[in-house]
Amino acid sequence: MAWTRDEMAVRAARELKDGFYVNLGIGMPTLVANHAGDLDITLQSENGMLGMGPFPFEGEEDADLVNAGKQTVTELPRTAYFSSADSFAMIRGGHMNLSILGAMEVAGNGDLANWMVPGKMVKGMGGAMDLVAGTPRIVVMMEHCDKAGNPKFVPVCTLPLTGRNVVDVIITDLAVFERADRKGAPFRLIEMAPGVTLDEVRRRTTARFETCG
Amino acid sequence: MASKVYPNADAALDGLLFDGMTIVSGGFGLCGIPENSIAAICRAGVKGLTVVSNNAGVDGFGLGLLLEARQVKKMTASYVGENREFERQYLAGELELEFAPQGTLAERIRAGGAGIPGFYTRTGVGTLVAEGKPVMEFDGEPFILERGIVGDLAIVKAWKADRFGNLLFRKTARNFNPMAATAGKITVAEVEEIVADGELDPDCIHTPSVYVQRLFVGSFEKRIEQRTVRKREAA
Repeated sequence: MAWTRDEMAVRAARELKDGFYVNLGIGMPTLVANHAGDLDITLQSENGMLGMGPFPFEGEEDADLVNAGKQTVTELPRTAYFSSADSFAMIRGGHMNLSILGAMEVAGNGDLANWMVPGKMVKGMGGAMDLVAGTPRIVVMMEHCDKAGNPKFVPVCTLPLTGRNVVDVIITDLAVFERADRKGAPFRLIEMAPGVTLDEVRRRTTARFETCG
Repeated sequence: MASKVYPNADAALDGLLFDGMTIVSGGFGLCGIPENSIAAICRAGVKGLTVVSNNAGVDGFGLGLLLEARQVKKMTASYVGENREFERQYLAGELELEFAPQGTLAERIRAGGAGIPGFYTRTGVGTLVAEGKPVMEFDGEPFILERGIVGDLAIVKAWKADRFGNLLFRKTARNFNPMAATAGKITVAEVEEIVADGELDPDCIHTPSVYVQRLFVGSFEKRIEQRTVRKREAA
């Protein structure tokens, strides 16, 4: 049985450590915030906010208070606001502990593609290139295969890159891969969803990876 | 000194607009956008504009108005989703587009306003963004050269101002506005309120008055792009 999106978020939340400053990408990664438990985590929103709170109660939405996905959010006692330049100074400067992002493709060498499908999707990279360039630890959450069933953990990215050699952990609906460093260490399969076999993971992965034991 | 305060957007922009000009705009999505100035630029009908803004508005609002009126020749932005007319014009080859990573864009505008013509960054190394840009190694790592941006005009939206042009922004409506304010040869600020002299705490001013040449009190629709709420727990 593959993990659900929520179960993937529970697994991704295990990458959090007490006291971390974290940026969660738009989409599935935002679910991770629901599973931080007792950990003291400060969420950054790259449009200019540290200490992002939950969605507002109905009727309390504030057009001046949105997250990077343009969703209405709330502030917390610890909240600080700042400009986009300050926001990316803290990202590019390596002051965030962790970022969790979605992906279209991840390559065995840690390359990430998550912003563009040539000729089809013209939206832009937003802050993703800055996040992967500056954040010391990048966790990717993605479906193991795309809608057509093609593997997304691949030998070489075919889509335009967001960053080279930037991914540390990959969490899919089937499995978790991790690598020890960004200096050539291979990705290693460290967990599988309950009932998922190594055979199935191999069949649905074209990137090379190591297994435990 | 002549007053910096104008009665409305049309008056504040009078004499500043011309075809082919570069306009730097504050705002993130529809949050903190100078919606009054954008509407006035639309009314003025100037064409061939280069617009520098993180986003391109939505269909029918914000910078989307200028796109629909075919006033924009080139857009520099980090994210242009949510705008079908933009996508259509771009894919049809009617609109030039320069994608800049959001942090790079913010820093390019900041640098331009600070008199810095270029800077090196790690962001975008080895990607499409790096194409054609000089690469320099620092401590064994590659960085790409990015250029500062200065506009003929900057348009920004602030919460409060005094008549001297000191600005205060509110919550995440600050975003690109402080940098944009520094990066115009002329900067026009639209605000919700102009307060009495001395009412702004000098320790808390976000944009000092030197960057602002003209200002006016606007009327704001403040459209919300994604209205997300949570349920109240039952009492």
